[in-house]
Amino acid sequence: MNRRFFWQLGAAAILVAAVAGSSVMWLRQSRTPEPDLTITLSATAPFALVGTDGRPVTDQTYRGKIVLVYFGYTLCPDVCPTTLNNIAATLAALGSDAAKVQALFVTVDPHRDTPKVLADYVKAFDARIVGLSGTDEQIAAAAKRFGVYYRRYSSADFPDGYAMDHSAATYVMNPRGRLVALFTPDMSPEQMTARLENLIGADSS
Amino acid sequence: MALSRKTWIVSVLLALGSISPAMADGGMTVTQAWARATPGNVKTGAIYLTATNNGASADRLIGASSPAAEKAELHEMSMDNGIMKMRPVKSLAIAPGKSLVLKPGGYHVMLTGLKAPLKEGDTVPLTLQFEKAGAIAVTAQIAKVGAMHPGPMSGMSGMSSKPASGGSGTMSMPSMH
Repeated sequence: MNRRFFWQLGAAAILVAAVAGSSVMWLRQSRTPEPDLTITLSATAPFALVGTDGRPVTDQTYRGKIVLVYFGYTLCPDVCPTTLNNIAATLAALGSDAAKVQALFVTVDPHRDTPKVLADYVKAFDARIVGLSGTDEQIAAAAKRFGVYYRRYSSADFPDGYAMDHSAATYVMNPRGRLVALFTPDMSPEQMTARLENLIGADSS
Repeated sequence: MALSRKTWIVSVLLALGSISPAMADGGMTVTQAWARATPGNVKTGAIYLTATNNGASADRLIGASSPAAEKAELHEMSMDNGIMKMRPVKSLAIAPGKSLVLKPGGYHVMLTGLKAPLKEGDTVPLTLQFEKAGAIAVTAQIAKVGAMHPGPMSGMSGMSSKPASGGSGTMSMPSMH
């Protein structure tokens, strides 16, 4: 009787452990996966998007230039204007060397950021910044290549009931389209300018 | 009787406190109210400011409104592992003697449904609602798009519920977290 009881207890314990283990696995899988924000230095990031003039823009379009890529959206009141203002100040500080740099702003909110909205938005910072959009699939594919995370966050407090969470770094690609640096939003235009001048110098030597 | 005497003294002190000018309005001053110009035709804008609680008790910023926009909301922007997140906040506490600083990279009052673009050099009216200090009207100077600080002209822009202790205050450089 005693032995049988222990067998039953053991079997029950194994059953409980198995159920608990599989439900933990299931919970892990059903949770939003952690964003994979890794992009390796010197990697290329092929993308196919659409300019505000309707023309296709790919990673090949600006080969030969240093390309700054930032993902954001126009209703973002804080970090996006901060970054674009810093980029505009950097372009101004670069003077004629700014011709060797192309800044791109990719919307992660293409349904609200129509070509007209996007064009007017980037122009307010610097007419040289190009706004890019595309289909949901094109934007998702580009973001994946850059290791950019974005997600709709729903709340009745926001216009249209949502805001966008998104990665806030600026990706710096060299003239051969390889990732060489990452600018974080707390970097000053002076720091960004120095880094870009360095890259321009290295490229022309 | 010692206890009741103590209670009585405390009551008198509280009563005196409540009729002194500093306590009558909660002793809240709002300075450095400024906004960023809105880029293009974007219908949302951000207002930043400093609210200083000179009173003896804690207070809370519980809301805002502006005739320039359909709604004014309190928001927090935060960086989480390189990802920008913006979330609504119900209220923001201000301990006695402390300042609440709304600045880029942190808290802001978000104007949504702007009736007209916010233009650099203009001003925008804003009424802040505090739990104890009540309503305080301020005029926010509009700086350039994406500006990190109000600029040299706007030091005295904010009004306060207690003009004597207003002043320009100091603006620390914002930092991202």
